[in-house]
This record gives sequence, structure tokens and C-alpha cells, in this order.
Amino acid sequence: MLITNLFFYIFSIITIASACMVIAGKNPVHSVLFLILCFFNAAGIFLILGAEFLALILVIVYVGAVAVLFLFVVMMLDVDFTRLRAGFLAYLPIGGLIGFVMFVELVMVLGTWKLDFNLPTNVLTNELSNTRALGNIIYTEYIYFFQLSGLILLVAMIGAIVLTINHKQTAKRQNIFNQVIRDPKESVKNINVKPGQGI
Amino acid sequence: MTGLFYLPALPELFIALGAMVLLMVGVFKKERSYETVSFLSVLLLTSVLVIINLDYIPLGYAFNFSFLSDDFSNYTKSLILLASIGIIIISSGYLKSIGIVKFEYPVLILLSVVGMMVMVSSNDIVSLYLGLELQSLPLYVLASIRRESKKSTEAGLKYFVLGALSSCMLLYGLSLIYGFSGSIIYSDIANFLSENNSNKGILFGLAFLTAGLAFKISVVPFHMWAPDVYEGSPTTITAFLASAPKVAAVTLFTKVMVSCFPSLIDQWQLMIIFISIASMLLGSFAAIGQNNIKRLLAYSSIGHMGFILIGLATGTLSGVTGLLIYLTIYIFMVVGTFSCVLALRTNDVNIENISDLSGLSKVNPVIAFILSMFLFSLAGIPPLAGFFAKFYIFLSAIESGLYTLAIIGVLASVVGAFYYLRIIKIIYFDENINIFEPISKRMKLIIYVTAIPVILFFIRPSLLTDLAEKAALSLF
Repeated sequence: MLITNLFFYIFSIITIASACMVIAGKNPVHSVLFLILCFFNAAGIFLILGAEFLALILVIVYVGAVAVLFLFVVMMLDVDFTRLRAGFLAYLPIGGLIGFVMFVELVMVLGTWKLDFNLPTNVLTNELSNTRALGNIIYTEYIYFFQLSGLILLVAMIGAIVLTINHKQTAKRQNIFNQVIRDPKESVKNINVKPGQGI
Repeated sequence: MTGLFYLPALPELFIALGAMVLLMVGVFKKERSYETVSFLSVLLLTSVLVIINLDYIPLGYAFNFSFLSDDFSNYTKSLILLASIGIIIISSGYLKSIGIVKFEYPVLILLSVVGMMVMVSSNDIVSLYLGLELQSLPLYVLASIRRESKKSTEAGLKYFVLGALSSCMLLYGLSLIYGFSGSIIYSDIANFLSENNSNKGILFGLAFLTAGLAFKISVVPFHMWAPDVYEGSPTTITAFLASAPKVAAVTLFTKVMVSCFPSLIDQWQLMIIFISIASMLLGSFAAIGQNNIKRLLAYSSIGHMGFILIGLATGTLSGVTGLLIYLTIYIFMVVGTFSCVLALRTNDVNIENISDLSGLSKVNPVIAFILSMFLFSLAGIPPLAGFFAKFYIFLSAIESGLYTLAIIGVLASVVGAFYYLRIIKIIYFDENINIFEPISKRMKLIIYVTAIPVILFFIRPSLLTDLAEKAALSLF
């Protein structure tokens, strides 16, 4: 129990610290790397909770795909971050005020929250594995949400194709059927070109 | 097992499957794929509209209580379907003229309609969010579908980024509501709230939820995206953005507030009153200086959303009835006005500026008359339908004692009448005469179909008010 608590605190402290570094870092590449560190530690907390499926999905999807994509974008697009930060000081007072109000409100929200220290350490009560337990409800109770998410992904796919594909009518495409069916007698012509005249 | 039953969701399933089939049709049909797909999608939407209104589909819960279809949702679904059918029909001529004949266009509209119908019949906060995303994602694509136009791309990008921001706020609010109430289903949250009335976490979540939804219907102070996006998008998409998604989002707003947070009415009523007053004032004052018709109609729609929210602010049966009546008339007016604007072309270009309308009364008196009727109706001048829409809303506000709201509303509509009348003055009295091209039969059909109810509404208002009242009753 002590070891679990110890690891929980280690993971949480690193998560929070690296999250702060993401927004404080001057170099955007460092920010993305800290974001990856943040994801890894969040995955660690999921593991302590016994949610190994969520932990691995977090690592595979967020670290493996999303964060690496971020890294690519940051490195390939030459965004001038010093210019983006130019208005920072001008917006600081109003931004700071909104942030402060939100913070006070969140503290008030936390004040009404009854803390329960007897939280279950393992959320799953039965003997099923994580993946199987998720599968059991995703395809039965929550089939509606699952299918709706599928439709949203379909829209994303159609959208990406509509906005990027460019069918040029003038482009010459290979037509294998026409190539095979051609008769050499019709396609090749022998012309006796007289010198100095051209075809 | 009643909750797992899926029959009430048949219309949504039908459109979703139809959209996928039409996608295949479009891919495999080489010639005239746009015409075929757009014809079939109009057919699909019309048949669903008929099925919904013939009471063949059982009402009730579906999918483990995530889905609820009742008179209220069926009424607004019919509105959404009507608006989408109109938009698909008026699109084809315009799309050809700007060189976008893509069969994906009607398919994306269909998928967006599925999202709207999911929103309207949502019964928990997860389907609320998924419906909202499914509704907006096709709209982002459609707004930027004119790839070679800088303005269209900018509109799409702006809409996408701000839409994503509003989704973040919405999700944050929803997570707080779920975390503190312990349930995602509306009625369970309402039960929890009736016992713990002053739960600060849920109040905090409610504020974020309101902000997210206000973003989607573009009301002040979350309206900044609307004029730019409306101006940059292809005009048919602007018409779509101003009609069907607004119906869906307003309905969702009403449903969440009335069925999920009835015991917090003191809290959300204040927010809605503020939003409503601010939008009515901005809608009437900011539109005065506009010269672009699409921008003007964007501000006009912000103002109309303000009027509609008066109905929600009352939180009573007569308020919601007024809201539904207003939404219905608003849909007819908006689709009709946009069809008129789309139908008018000079020198092979669609008109964009208000001054282009001058001389219309001499070239095409019929369309000039109908367009002025639409504008008079938008301004709320009796005996046109727009007057009755405002009348029922103000009546409900006075019944619930919200006098300030009603008075500011009346004043705002007086100011708003100015810019509608300015357009009518240009149509009838300006000297400069433009040569307008003849109008296609399709456009005429939609213009007449939308104009008749708007002009002749005063003969039998009970035709609509009875339906709206029956629909609103099922919410209480």
C-alpha cells in the first residue's frame, strides 16, 4: 500500500510539473517532449488504478500518434513563436483576471466536495480483464455512442478527402486494358521521312 | 428491456445508412453523380419527414435511455428536415456556377442532419456531445469546400478552431456535471439536483455548458465567428448554417435547461436573459452599417436568436411554445430570403452587396415583392408571420413577468426594422437598374413554397400554434 502511494505521488508530481513546463517552455519542441512525459506519467496513474487498457491506449494513441504528429508539425512548419507571443503582455491583465476568477471558483467548488478517503483501489470488481470488461459494455449498453463515434470518424474521412483530393481532368492516367488490347499494326506506323522536310 | 429497444431511432438509422449508401452511389457512378446523389438525398429526407409525421415510428426511449423521441423532438426534427430539403434543392444551380459539383456535398448535409437529429432526441450528456460534434464536423468541411477561394478557407478554419474551443468548454462543463451528480442521464441529474439544490460544482458546469451551447447558436458574447464565417462560406452553406443547425442547437438548449436543470432556473434564467438582451441589441445595431447581404443576414440571425431565447428565459410552457413557433417561422423566412438572394444573378455572378439589388422592382416585380415580404416579416411587421412570431414570444415574457426583456425586445425590433427597410428602399426606389438573369424553376418553387406560409400565416395561426403547443407539452 505504501509503495502504491509512493508511486502515485511520484507520478502525479511529475505529471503536474511537466504540464507546467509545456506552457512555460520557450522552445516548442521541448514543450511537446514535456507533453509526452506528461502522458507517460498519466498512464502510470492509470496503471496504479488497475486500468491497464486505458494506460496502454494513452501511450499508443497519444504518445505514439498525436504527440509525434505535433512534433512533426512543430519541426516542419516554420512558425515564428516569438511573434505569436508578441501580444502576451498586452493580454496578461485581462487573461490573468479571468484565470484568477476561474481559480477562485474552482476552489469554491472543491470546498463543497466531500472527500472520501476509502476509494476503491481497483475499480473493477469482477474477475474479467480490463479489455473484456470494456468490450462487454461498449458493444451492448453503449453501442449507440460507439456507432455515433464511428459516424464522426466517417465524416472526418470524407472531409479530409473532399478538401484535399484534386482530380485533374487533363492528367494522363495509365489504362492497362487499353494498353494490352492495342494492336501493334495500328499503333506503329513506318514513315519514310525525307531529309530536311520533317513529318 | 424497453431501454434497449432501438425502434424509436429508426429515422436516424435510416438517414445514416442512406448517407453511406449514397456515398457508394456517388463513388461508383461516374457521370452526373452530383445530380443523382442530390436527388436521392432529397427523396430520402422527404420520406423520413413523412414517416416521422405519420406516427408509424413508436415514441419513447431507445438505446439504454440515451435516446428519447417524443412530440417535441419530432416537431423540431421535421423543421430540420424541411430546412435541409430546401437547402439541397436550391444548392445545385449555385454550386454549378461556382464550379463545385461534388457528390459529397449532399452526403455531408445528410450526415450533419443525422447529428442534429441525435442532438434533438438526446437524453443524456454523452449523446448530446456526440450529436453536436457529428452536426458541426460536416459544417466545417462544407464551409471551406470552396478550396480555391481564400475567404472560404478562412471561414472554414475559423469556424473549425472556434468550434473546437466551444466543444472544449462544453466538455469541461459536462465533465463537472457528471462528476458531481454521478449520472449522465438528464432525468437522474434533475433528480439529484432536486435534493442537492446548491451544488457549486454543477453550477460551475452549467455555466460552461451554457457558454458552449451559446457558441453554437452564435449569440452575444460568443458571436464573433458568425459574420466572417457567413460571409466566407458558399451562400447555400450560409443559408444552411443560419437555418437547420440553429434549430437543433436551440432545441437542445431548451431541452437541457428544462428537463435537466429545472430546479436551477434562478441560476440559468439570469444568464439567458443577459445573452438574449445583448444579442437583440447587437443584432439590431451592428447590422446597420453592413453592405454585404450575407454579413447583414448573419447579424440579423444573431438578433433573431436573441428573440428566440426570450422564450427559453421564461422557462414556462407558453415560452417554449412561443420559441417553437418563432423557430418554425424563422426557418421559412431564412430559407426564403436566402433563396431570393441566390436566385438573383447579374453578369453571371451572384449578388453580394445590398446596392446590387437596386432596380429589382422594375426587372422582376414578383421576386421584388416576395423579397420585400420576407424582409418585412423579418422586421416583424403585421400581418406577416414574423410579427406573430415576435408577438407570441413577447406575450409569454409578459405572462412570466419579464417586462424589461419584453420592452428591450420591442425596442430592438424597432431599430432592426431600419436596416430591413433600407433594403426595400433600394429595391423599389433606387434609380440605378441592374440586369438580372432569369430565375430557374427550382428556385421559384422554393421561393413560392416558403413565401406562402409567411404571407398567409394570419389566416389560420392555429394550424401552427396547436402543433407547437402539443410539442412543447411533451417537454413538461
